[in-house]
Amino acid sequence: MSTFDNPFDPARRLRSGCSCGQHASASEHDASLQPAMQCVAPESEAQRYEGVVASAVMRAVFPKEVARRAFLKSVGASSALAVLSQFFPIKTATEVFAQGVGKLEKTDLKVGFIPITCATPIIMAHPLGFYTKQGLNVDVVKTAGWAVIRDKAINKEYDAAHMLAPMPIAISLGLGSTPIPFTVPAIENINGQGITLAMKHKDKRDPKDWKGFKLAIPFDYSMHNYLLRYYLAEHGIDPDTDVQLRSVPPPEMVANLRADNIDGFLAPDNICQRAIYDGVGFMHILSKEIWDGHPCCSFAASKEFITTSPNSFAALTRAIVDATAYASKAENRKSIAEAIAPANYLNAPPVVLEQALTGTYADGLGNIKTDAKRVDFDPFPWQSFAVWMMTQMQRWGQIKGDVDYKGVAEQIYLAADTAKVMKEMGLTPPASSYKSFQVMGKTFDPAKPAEYLASFKIKKAT
Amino acid sequence: MTKSLRFRAAVVSIAILCAFIGTWHLATRGTGSVAAMTPEYAKLMGLTATAGKSAMPGPLDVGAKLWEHLKRPFYDNGPNDKGLGIQLAYSIGRVGLGYLLAVAIAIPLGFLIGMSPLMNKALDPFIQVLKPISPLAWMPLALYTIKDSGLSAIFVIFICSIWPMLLNTAFGVAAVRKEWINVARTLEVGTLRRAFTVILPAAAPTILTGMRISIGIAWLVIVAAEMLVGGTGIGYFVWNEWNNLSITNVIIAILLIGVVGMLLDQVLARFTRMVTFPE
Repeated sequence: MSTFDNPFDPARRLRSGCSCGQHASASEHDASLQPAMQCVAPESEAQRYEGVVASAVMRAVFPKEVARRAFLKSVGASSALAVLSQFFPIKTATEVFAQGVGKLEKTDLKVGFIPITCATPIIMAHPLGFYTKQGLNVDVVKTAGWAVIRDKAINKEYDAAHMLAPMPIAISLGLGSTPIPFTVPAIENINGQGITLAMKHKDKRDPKDWKGFKLAIPFDYSMHNYLLRYYLAEHGIDPDTDVQLRSVPPPEMVANLRADNIDGFLAPDNICQRAIYDGVGFMHILSKEIWDGHPCCSFAASKEFITTSPNSFAALTRAIVDATAYASKAENRKSIAEAIAPANYLNAPPVVLEQALTGTYADGLGNIKTDAKRVDFDPFPWQSFAVWMMTQMQRWGQIKGDVDYKGVAEQIYLAADTAKVMKEMGLTPPASSYKSFQVMGKTFDPAKPAEYLASFKIKKAT
Repeated sequence: MTKSLRFRAAVVSIAILCAFIGTWHLATRGTGSVAAMTPEYAKLMGLTATAGKSAMPGPLDVGAKLWEHLKRPFYDNGPNDKGLGIQLAYSIGRVGLGYLLAVAIAIPLGFLIGMSPLMNKALDPFIQVLKPISPLAWMPLALYTIKDSGLSAIFVIFICSIWPMLLNTAFGVAAVRKEWINVARTLEVGTLRRAFTVILPAAAPTILTGMRISIGIAWLVIVAAEMLVGGTGIGYFVWNEWNNLSITNVIIAILLIGVVGMLLDQVLARFTRMVTFPE
């Protein structure tokens, strides 16, 4: 069930799962049939908020979906809204909602980001005014690398920051840094990476032929690392012995690929597309083809920030969730690409960003491909994502010994807080924060991480 | 004769420059279209892929872009996009601060080491170990302990520019002619007065040479430090443009870094000439 669907739709399906049985939900089913999502952009901010508040009221009046559907069918959506407004002052509530709930402890905030399309919601919230709408004055600061982001977030130079989804777990557990409790109130983006290979390998599409390859990833504690290792291992290549994995900053990946120094990389988007744009590589697969809907980057804040400035934190989360919702709509993607292309933000050619964000892209081999979900946005921090990451951290020897999967996941991935914020905004968060999903056809059951870990043939000997 | 020598040197310089730019231009010319592509596909690709444009910009690209930067050096489009003038000002400010701190510590300490053979021997091992450490090796440590990226960059400048000044000051002070010191002693000049009126003027040229080497090192370090820390400064500009794989802007930054470095060096060279005296 998508987070951003409309409760005024009487035809909305009540249970998850779709008619053909191939997809997790009806909305996914629809999306697979049509490249563009069907949501209609609200015309103005005021209307958007009114919609959000009205949705919340609707959900509160009819908590049971069946009853809501029956009611809507009998009276129609517009008259339902009219009836509701008689009993509930939607206009006033909208104003209250737009101003936020509690008094903000701190309005001048600094948020760090790395210039890749994964940071889209963090960045676009600035030029498109999602922060100011929450009464926040946010400086989005471009940062030189993941380690610097980590250090600046730990040093409290940043109030919150764009991080790779596994980074807050690594920081909280003290992997590669001093242990400091960090949290993830929202996932920045899902999907949005790809494996790009040098042009000379365009006939070597089977990973079994990749022995001896030099492949680059941006950071050790990244989904890029885990997904590439997973992909290689599934094809019988041991990522520790059969290939060389190097930690390389994204722009150097393109330069190294051009210089014939590496054979390929699994990198975040706009870098993959940039390699294609410059004619030095081609898209082997999108990371989506490894795990559709995988988290990529996260929005992270220290536990300390949350306890000292809970209202500012909530406002910031609202802004991010709001921006993420806006970014999840296909029809907004083109304008977003334009808004975040200037030097102050991503500093990238707009045509490259547009290809990454809209999903209609040149693949480097002469074909134009279309995949509207190449990058997607869904903020809910599923705790099962965190559990999966920890299984991979263990699998590749980053964590030694036993792990309290659930305990760690629940401390860091703040599903409950995010759900609360989403409810305030009139969205429907999922009822559970654990979900099962498939990675390359293999089902991951978050209740049984140890069994999952044991089932892999290739892993680091401990 | 000298005038004609200067003239001839200028001619040779210009000839070398022209040859360099000419070769550069020829080497980076496009090769024409490289592969058959449909127009829709070509629209999604960059000039390198479609028109065979060299990945390296030519002198004309760099010139045009440089002119664009020079036309508005002080624009400010938010925290991550500022004009080159502002970026250079940030870098020079950081270098100035770190460097002055280093001067304030290196020169008194150098005096102490130069005047006291005991301290010279005692501090020598530390100096020898600390001196060859690369500036960037300090960076992670500084970020981790100082917990402020701006201060860390200044600290790195400080720690790297201190050694040449310290060693040169110590050497200059120790090498002051014994006769002069003996004369001062005969005239019963106090230690402090001796230091200021006899030793300082005698050692000044050596000290300023040390300062000149230091400012060069400081300017070398700032670019690397800002690339690592990000935020502002010419080093950050290089990183930001590298991130966009804009080699044109990187070349412009390199050019400006060279020019500013030369100016800083010239300023100290002038000071050195002012304090040098014929024996």
